[in-house]
Amino acid sequence: MSSSKEIRTQISSIQNTQKITKAMEMVAASKMKKVQDQMNKARPFAEKITNVMSHLAHAHPEYESEFLTQRDVRKKCYIIISSDRGLCGGLNNNLFKQVLEEISKDKAKGIESTFSLVGNKASSFFQRVGGNVIAQTSHLGDKPTVEQILGVITKTIANYLEKNFDEVYIVYNTFVNTVSQLPNLKKILPIVIEEKISTYDHYWDYLYEPDAEEVLESLFTRYIESLVYRAVVENLACEQASRMVAMKSASDNAMDLIAELKLIYNKNRQAAITQEISEIISGAAAL
Amino acid sequence: MEGKLKLEIVSAEQELFSKEVEMVFAPAEMGEVGITPKHTPLITRLKPGDVRAQISKDEIETFYVSGGILEIQPNEVTILSDTALRGEDLDEERALEAERLAQDAMKNSGNDIDAAKAKSELLQAAAQLRLIKKLKNKGKK
Repeated sequence: MSSSKEIRTQISSIQNTQKITKAMEMVAASKMKKVQDQMNKARPFAEKITNVMSHLAHAHPEYESEFLTQRDVRKKCYIIISSDRGLCGGLNNNLFKQVLEEISKDKAKGIESTFSLVGNKASSFFQRVGGNVIAQTSHLGDKPTVEQILGVITKTIANYLEKNFDEVYIVYNTFVNTVSQLPNLKKILPIVIEEKISTYDHYWDYLYEPDAEEVLESLFTRYIESLVYRAVVENLACEQASRMVAMKSASDNAMDLIAELKLIYNKNRQAAITQEISEIISGAAAL
Repeated sequence: MEGKLKLEIVSAEQELFSKEVEMVFAPAEMGEVGITPKHTPLITRLKPGDVRAQISKDEIETFYVSGGILEIQPNEVTILSDTALRGEDLDEERALEAERLAQDAMKNSGNDIDAAKAKSELLQAAAQLRLIKKLKNKGKK
């Protein structure tokens, strides 16, 4: 049995760890709230741009653009959105697992894969396992902006337009609730416009300035950007939620450990006292 | 002035403005435009500049946009505003930066994904998580 002093130091070190995990849990909870706010704030833009796109589809059903044309799929690109920091449970690993499954399915069909990465964890994962990575960004912080991910998106879209790949997917975690986040794979290019039932039943079209092609191109680019941005924000919310849960279970574990160690410590202490008493008594009896 | 316009200014990060207004001035690419109700549907890009919303005769609100897209419907004006300064050069610079970061990160690894290695790594992580769970349950019993 270890000495009382050893157990005492162990208890205090676990208590310190528990303090840290508790603090991290609370920080994650408050950050999660903020990110959820940010998620809601991004919604109006997405709704508006989807609206404009469905108007367009209605006005211009025959319009053809590289952004909309389906091609035979020989190569795919995955934009993988991961967290920058660890200590968030199996969040990133679940995501990578999904990607790997997808890639091995593709490989069986002879489809090659390319990657664009957002977040430190994705880049260190692909650093270790290899892969054709065309763009990367990380250190987005707690409040990601569109500007931070613009490089990755621009690079990916440019490659898509040069026909270096035929489909683009984003892979990110979707926020189901605080305890559940699901990896999700979503096709973003070519764009599929959902045609809403329009209130205008007669034919009409926009005036385009300077011309349709240019305006639509920047519209589509922004649409993709908003999709990726929202995915990044949602993934961040997942990261915080997952970290909160992981830290909560770490704090609970620490509590269990402390309880167990305290029991051993007290048993030890009692045994020592009993021993001392019996020594004194037997000493007295001998006199 | 008859009727009003619904003006909405949104950026990818947040909603900036949403109100009924009498008139909107916006810095379109081909020159500033003033929009009154019943305008023809029009869609154009915006230059960086000020969007002025005339809410009533003597109430004007001004917003700075760093570019974006202006969509006009007869009774609705939507401005999809950019949050970052854009332009082909700037965008290209950002793209190059992202590419450079990727090349830096992947300097020491192969171009082809090592599926076996990736799988084993994920399995390892999953096994660790399982082990932790097991230990925890054991402790509870």
